[in-house]
Amino acid sequence: MQNTKKSNFDEKIMQAIFFLSALISVLAVIAICLFLFMRGIPAIAEIGFMDFIFNEKWGPTNKPASYGILSMIAGSIYVTAGAIVIGVPVGLMCAIFLAEFCPDNVYKIVKPAVNLLAGIPSIIYGFFGMEAIVPFVRENLGGNGYGIMSASIILGIMILPTIISISESSIRAVPKSYGEGSYGLGATKEETVFNVIVPAAKSGILTSIILGVGRAAGETMAVVMVAGNAVMPLDKIELLKPIRTLTANIVTEMSYASGLHESALISTGVVLFIFIIILNISLSLIKSKAQRN
Amino acid sequence: MTDKIKIENVNLYYGEFQALKNINMNVKENEITAFIGPSGCGKSTLLKSLNRMNDLIEGVKITGRILLDDADIYGDMDATVLRRRVGMVFQKPNPFPMSIYENVAYGPKTHGVKSKAKLDEIVEKSLRSAAMWDEVKDRLKKNALSISGGQQQRLCIARAFSVNPEVILLDEPTSALDPISTMKIEDLLTEIKKDYTIVIVTHNMQQATRISDKTAFFLHGEAIEFDETEKLFSMPKNKKTEDYITGRFG
Amino acid sequence: MDRRLNNLKQRKVKSILLKSFVWLCGILTVGVLIYILLFILLRGIPKINLVFLFGEYNSETLSAFSSIVATIQMIFLSLIISVPIGVFCAIYLAEYAKRGSIAVKIIRLATDTLAGIPSIVYGLFGMIFFVNILGFRASVLSGVCTISIMILPVIISSSEEAVKSVPDTYREGSLGLGATRIHTVFRIVLPTAMPGILSGVILAIGRIVGETAALIFTSGTNVMKNPSLDLLSSQRTLAIHMYMLAGEGLPHSKDMAFATGAILILIVFTVNYTTTKLAGRIGRIQ
Repeated sequence: MQNTKKSNFDEKIMQAIFFLSALISVLAVIAICLFLFMRGIPAIAEIGFMDFIFNEKWGPTNKPASYGILSMIAGSIYVTAGAIVIGVPVGLMCAIFLAEFCPDNVYKIVKPAVNLLAGIPSIIYGFFGMEAIVPFVRENLGGNGYGIMSASIILGIMILPTIISISESSIRAVPKSYGEGSYGLGATKEETVFNVIVPAAKSGILTSIILGVGRAAGETMAVVMVAGNAVMPLDKIELLKPIRTLTANIVTEMSYASGLHESALISTGVVLFIFIIILNISLSLIKSKAQRN
Repeated sequence: MTDKIKIENVNLYYGEFQALKNINMNVKENEITAFIGPSGCGKSTLLKSLNRMNDLIEGVKITGRILLDDADIYGDMDATVLRRRVGMVFQKPNPFPMSIYENVAYGPKTHGVKSKAKLDEIVEKSLRSAAMWDEVKDRLKKNALSISGGQQQRLCIARAFSVNPEVILLDEPTSALDPISTMKIEDLLTEIKKDYTIVIVTHNMQQATRISDKTAFFLHGEAIEFDETEKLFSMPKNKKTEDYITGRFG
Repeated sequence: MDRRLNNLKQRKVKSILLKSFVWLCGILTVGVLIYILLFILLRGIPKINLVFLFGEYNSETLSAFSSIVATIQMIFLSLIISVPIGVFCAIYLAEYAKRGSIAVKIIRLATDTLAGIPSIVYGLFGMIFFVNILGFRASVLSGVCTISIMILPVIISSSEEAVKSVPDTYREGSLGLGATRIHTVFRIVLPTAMPGILSGVILAIGRIVGETAALIFTSGTNVMKNPSLDLLSSQRTLAIHMYMLAGEGLPHSKDMAFATGAILILIVFTVNYTTTKLAGRIGRIQ
């Protein structure tokens, strides 16, 4: 009888420990939100919300100092858009290749290659960008190589694994009966894949694109090494000219920033954080809409 | 009445396993021919050979000839052309996850019809042929997956009509449906047979007696007996046929 | 009929073009990977020598030894913290929680959120909380704390999947013999789920090794002359070593950046290969 009592007690203790461990994730998220906002919001208040978000002048060391991040917001948007333009078509086609056209022996080569691409650290991508892509752009397209073009190419490559693996799963999950219906009507394989199967997978493909956007927008090291990091006035932004993103802004100046400057950089992080949260919410909405259908 | 489809000395192998053994029969134009037999007897396999859907399965080997209007379907004929001429309705309704309109317009669009007016015309004609037009004409943009199972299957029939086939193959088309939907489809087939050649695989012997002109009984990959439906069911020539019909096995 | 035949030819041509394009993209993806790997490895491997790997750091050797040791410390300590927490969380979600309860929804939301936070934001949080507020200063300790939170979602999701795929029949067999739930979890479920949990750990190792943005402001960029186990000192990891070398601009630094990159790639290869092999073993067990 005593044994049962003890094991009941042990059971309850362990259950509590498991539950507490699970709560740590929640605690962590709360802590991150709390401390980021604690340092970041007062700074935005001091600078002035409109001045922070909509001013393109970023000059913390000027007198008077200005803390507008509009140029960096534009920078992040441009390089992310560029990454999507480059990475999504190639990635989607590659996913279609893996799911529908790839023979087994080729799959054994291409699929591990995609997984390997996913595991390469961003510093390697950044360095590769700096040593290979930047000279290439400089010699063949113009400018000094550091800029939106190079950043888009590198980010486009970096989001390939995300686009490919999630899109491939979605395409594979499409019921075979849809394909059979199409073949029965006399369509070719390519017509069936592009007109019936891929459209049926569009919710999963959209998910992969949104995750790709999150990855590209949040990328720091690779961008810092190829984008040039110059704060550009909005009307001077060009494909082959340097640009600074929100992420690069933080990394470039944090080491020597202090006071309001340092807080403004943290506020840049807050803006990034909020953007990612919005992205996550959109993802959940898409997922629940897909489930309802 | 001419022989629309001639099946000559057809053997089919899934890898090592022989699924069809020396099949010889002719399907007449503008008739309903039924394939009956127990599970695994080869009736669906033969059906799927008539529009080369078996090509999509790996490891399938077929010998002999199948002629459509005296042309070998495994010869010079392109499979996509064949499948436009020989349409198929599957056992489980499989409408595309698109609108009702898009489902029916898919076939003609694929085969080159671009004009919206022409597509509208084809969609209406196909849905009318499937006795569905009045039910769905106000909801053409609705998602095809939102209508009932019976309606979905009739939609698949309308879809099969949309490419103007000469032959329609149906693989146990009503086995997943309720009796009323089944009746609607059987009435439909009986009505349209004057314009098409129909081959139907069915598990339901009553269905075969209700609608078919000729019936073929299959067992273990062989065509045991092939005769006018009335004769086969009332005075079967082969004992195995008689055993199946009277329910001694299968 | 002629119009039909023309149309068929058009369709065939279009189909062949689409098929070629799809193949092209597959080959392109593999090609890009191979190009990147060869680019770094071909220039990097020749520069790796014993002095670079095990020597003292100075402006001539640019040795990575202290960085390698710092990285190993980072991996080891972060795993000690986050693996137990992550596995226990997974056990709660998979074994004890009621489906669809509010607690589960909140925990999942939290885990998904953590998974999506960019590493620079982790770095900022680590700087604010561990470096400044808790006073750990820029140190290995701050880095470890930050990284532990960062890899928690990876450990949780792979462990949860691993625990969920343990067949119920195993649990029923154990409980049917009168064992307690706890006993079943620790003696039956966890050992069976071990390959899956392990593969999550190895994935986490891969992420830690490649991490830069989260560590620049937490464990810092300071390079030690010789490896040090002082957790309160600021030490750069291998990836940060590469970043600093890349930024120095001198030819010798660039060469050694390639060398560091080559080491990082070889580590990623090993991580990837091990995960694939483990995944194969898991598949075969089931």
